[in-house]
Amino acid sequence: MITSGKDSPKGGVSLRRFGSIGQVVARETSTILATFLGLLIVTFLIGRVVPIDAVLAVVGENASAEVYNNAKVELGLDKPLLTQFGIYLVKILQGDFGVSNLTGNPVFSDIATVFPATLELATLGTLIGVLIGIPTGVAAAVYRGKWIDHLARVVGLFGYSVPVFWLGLMGLLLFYAKLGWVEGPGRQSVAYADLLSPVTGVILLDAAVQGEWEIFWDAFYHLILPATLLGFFSLAYISRMTRSFMLTELQQQYVTTARVKGLSEGRIIWRHALRNAVAPLVAVIALSYASLLEGSVLTETIFAWPGLGRYITNSLLNADMNAVLGGTVVIGAIFIGVNLLSDIAGRLFDPRTR
Amino acid sequence: MKLRFLHGAALSALLLTSTAYAETPGNTLVVAKAIDDIISLDPASNYEHSGTETINNVYEQLMQFEPEDVTKLVGGAVESWTVSEDGKTFELKLRPGQVFHSGNAMTSNDVVFSLQRMVKMNKAPAFAVTQFGWTADNIEKLVVARDPMRVDLTITTDLAPSLVISILANNITSVLDEKLVLEHVTANDMGAGWLRNNSAGSGPFVLKSWKPNESLVLEANPNFRLGAPKVQRVLIRHVAEPASQRLLLERGDIDVARALTPDLMQGVAGNPDIAIQDSVEASVQYLAVNEKFEPFKKPEVRKALNYLVDYQGMVDTFLKGQWTVHQSFWPKGFDAELDGTPYKLDVEKAKELLAKGGYPDGFTVKLNVRNSSPYLEMAQSIQNTMSLANIKVEINPSDVKQLVTAYRGRQHELSQNAWIPDYRDPQSHAYAFTYNPDNSDDAPNKTAAWRNAWEIPQDVKDLAAAAVKERDTTKRMQIYVDLQKKLQEDSPYVFMFQGMTRIAERKNVQSIAIDPANGVLYYRLTTK
Repeated sequence: MITSGKDSPKGGVSLRRFGSIGQVVARETSTILATFLGLLIVTFLIGRVVPIDAVLAVVGENASAEVYNNAKVELGLDKPLLTQFGIYLVKILQGDFGVSNLTGNPVFSDIATVFPATLELATLGTLIGVLIGIPTGVAAAVYRGKWIDHLARVVGLFGYSVPVFWLGLMGLLLFYAKLGWVEGPGRQSVAYADLLSPVTGVILLDAAVQGEWEIFWDAFYHLILPATLLGFFSLAYISRMTRSFMLTELQQQYVTTARVKGLSEGRIIWRHALRNAVAPLVAVIALSYASLLEGSVLTETIFAWPGLGRYITNSLLNADMNAVLGGTVVIGAIFIGVNLLSDIAGRLFDPRTR
Repeated sequence: MKLRFLHGAALSALLLTSTAYAETPGNTLVVAKAIDDIISLDPASNYEHSGTETINNVYEQLMQFEPEDVTKLVGGAVESWTVSEDGKTFELKLRPGQVFHSGNAMTSNDVVFSLQRMVKMNKAPAFAVTQFGWTADNIEKLVVARDPMRVDLTITTDLAPSLVISILANNITSVLDEKLVLEHVTANDMGAGWLRNNSAGSGPFVLKSWKPNESLVLEANPNFRLGAPKVQRVLIRHVAEPASQRLLLERGDIDVARALTPDLMQGVAGNPDIAIQDSVEASVQYLAVNEKFEPFKKPEVRKALNYLVDYQGMVDTFLKGQWTVHQSFWPKGFDAELDGTPYKLDVEKAKELLAKGGYPDGFTVKLNVRNSSPYLEMAQSIQNTMSLANIKVEINPSDVKQLVTAYRGRQHELSQNAWIPDYRDPQSHAYAFTYNPDNSDDAPNKTAAWRNAWEIPQDVKDLAAAAVKERDTTKRMQIYVDLQKKLQEDSPYVFMFQGMTRIAERKNVQSIAIDPANGVLYYRLTTK
């Protein structure tokens, strides 16, 4: 599913080899389609082997045999597995992702409702991770073995090892319940709910565009704590990777040459070393962003955040396979899209990959 | 809601500041509850807790309970009724002047439409009235409007009239606004698509919106026959995490928290702004003992299990304030209750019984359990006490849907389960626990008795059959007491506990009525 940064040079070579842009597009498209098909098959099979009866999820525990069988036929679960998959594939090709058994809405309209919530959270989280993580990683590499490096390591270790639900609840307890600096669980306060006519579904954006600043700030104060939490976990990862890339770069001969030439240390670090570390870093950030876009179930549960992660998990636990498959396709598309973008960005930043 | 000011272009939470405490709008009651169980708000389809609560507040049923006294069954849409000599025909007289939210007047046609529709749709909750002998084929003859204010119901089975009346208080007898529903029928769905998230009732509240996994809003119906609700709006927010509910409640961002665990309840108990409200609940917690599993075929072994549960120990510790010890199938606090707890932890006695049953050295058994608190703690306690008699319990934790799937397929050995009544009559549980006319693997009735492969003894069968028909209510209740005693003696169930509904609310919230059968709330009289 994920094409990592090291595939980039290959892509560059193939560009020259094939010459034709059309062929590259065709190849990329077929890879994407194959990935999607694989994704669908695996998810479909997982949905069928989980020991949860999808019919029971709809009709309840005490339904009579007749009700049960009717529902089974309605859901199409009485047909052979291969037929079910075939029907599903045909529908997808027609752009029909089916209806969620749980919410009764078309899966895509459900996802269109929950995805903006996750997008908002993941974007702010990644911003926090990048803006703090990269400088921290650079400082840790430059002052290797010094206190700042140790501090960054401790912070990173904390980010890797502390369970997110614990940190989330502690954050709520301190910043929401005790200090009252931020708003509590949920995307909006009750008083502001439903006042905004949704355009993109991203509340910050909709409120800003419509000039509803009170709603904007209310949403912002709801968002900031979960986003900081996700940002913290992504900064732990980004800063460790930055440090590692920077250490490699700082040991290169061109750095020594630059120093011999008398360039200032700041210029060497920020203009030369970091610039060379940017390409792999972009891949790291993209990966981290994509995984946040997938939705963080625990964070979304603690913060009563109606996002994609919770939607898919809840659907899976109710064997609502249309919803799970639809969600998987979206996540697959996000991963593939973000990776493509990061490949392109990597090529822009690093001439060696062109 | 307070105003906040941003100090600088800060992105970090550390740079933020704020002012006063939040509070909920004065005319809106804000409730935190996990509402992800809702599949449909159509009374003919709903079978879930959150949906039942919504329907109780939005629709009027033929018979119902009112928040003024949640223990007293009264007429809802029905003003009075008479029963024919043979007990088969019920003549219902509707309350005059009843009006739906839409402004349409309620007539007998609406009642007939609602009941026929529910039977024809035959969704999950319909089983409660199939006991009347109602089917899609005969319902048009059995539920008939005699005049605009009179409906006759005929049953074809032998059921005590008091039992029929109890069943008529179920959600499925909700009276729908026929005209309004017919305006929204698409593709022969009888309006089910529209009713899924819209309402067509006459109850104290109107369903304003339902956003799956997010929120549900009820608006007051100013024309309700018993007076408009005291709050303008009830907003139910989906908050699944109990610890988050507690924080929201303490901060005043919600008025009522529905899912606090015992330790969280203790935590808020000391808060002067918060009150805790308790009610008995008719849910019964039991161990399901599958007789397909070889050792459980022996009555001595089944009986031994009853002596290997530390009932009081659990209630005194991690179940404190949440469940009480209860060892029969119908809960305390209702007609036909059987009090008394004949079983306590007694390892010696259990060993004796196991030896008699041919298992002096015990055996290994798998225990299916929900993977959440306090069920896992219960399973650990049971594992511990059973090991004292050499029964090695392997705990198999799973999601509740998975647990139910295994249970309904009778693939368990031991399973920790709960049973909640579908209507407030002991028959609701008696049916589940003692009805199993066909014990084959593909039997149509998947009652608890079938799930545990119980070949019902003749005396139990006779009692159960007698109870259903008995016209004298006092005698009928006595039969259920006798039936419970029989099951206490020997059955594939170890009845352990009865549930409590506990809610935590802000001090200024008054008069929330809790339904003792299923723990749903009535909001009509609530003030804040």
